[in-house]
Amino acid sequence: MDALEVCIQEADFDLGTEVRRLREAHRDVGAVVAFLGTVRDYQDRPEGGLQGMELEHYPGMTESAIQHMIAEARQRFDMKSVRVIHRVGRLNVQDQIVMVAVASAHRGEAFAACEFLMDYLKTQAPFWKKEWTPQGGQWVDARDSDDRAVERWGLKGQGTSQ
Amino acid sequence: MKIRIRYFAALREALGPQEELDCEPGVTVSQIRDRLVARGTPYADVLATHRLVRCAWNQHMCELNHAVTSEGELAFFPPVTGG
Repeated sequence: MDALEVCIQEADFDLGTEVRRLREAHRDVGAVVAFLGTVRDYQDRPEGGLQGMELEHYPGMTESAIQHMIAEARQRFDMKSVRVIHRVGRLNVQDQIVMVAVASAHRGEAFAACEFLMDYLKTQAPFWKKEWTPQGGQWVDARDSDDRAVERWGLKGQGTSQ
Repeated sequence: MKIRIRYFAALREALGPQEELDCEPGVTVSQIRDRLVARGTPYADVLATHRLVRCAWNQHMCELNHAVTSEGELAFFPPVTGG
């Protein structure tokens, strides 16, 4: 197992560099799929524009939860190599938050593995987001749609609608 | 036996990052939660049974009926919202 598969960090990252590393690690890689999640503002926010976001994690558990989900993904999909980077700390609108990149022989497996990992991460990896607006800070609620996304893979969601 | 209790996100803001608690072996996470709730405010507010509180024993997600049989680390936190 590659020790560099998972990284939780405050620092920003460069998608191009990460994709190049994945591509170059194996001669039989024919497809790389990378998902990039960013901090978005939205117009319908009654409390005004988003000033920034704060991300908290559970050091140790967060890394092992992601390693566990990578092991689960390897059972289901052909993945030559994978890299997950999740930022924590203070972030601004349009900043990069998360990257999941998968290298496979063929695109079908790479697309599926990347989506599986991202759906799993949304409901199983201990991260918490707090949004900052001119009115102050507000912890983000978990979404039922994230539960439905992970349940489609036959996995249990968080049951946030109970 | 002593267990370490850790709180995250909104629970951490209300209760602090961590504390130590004396427990008898075999106690369930749910019973520990009840004991904390019995302290009153702010514990009762953020750990109340109608709240969506998730838990982890030794850094693995667990259910509230999980029985704690040795020293270790118990964490309480809201549903996760990463990605």
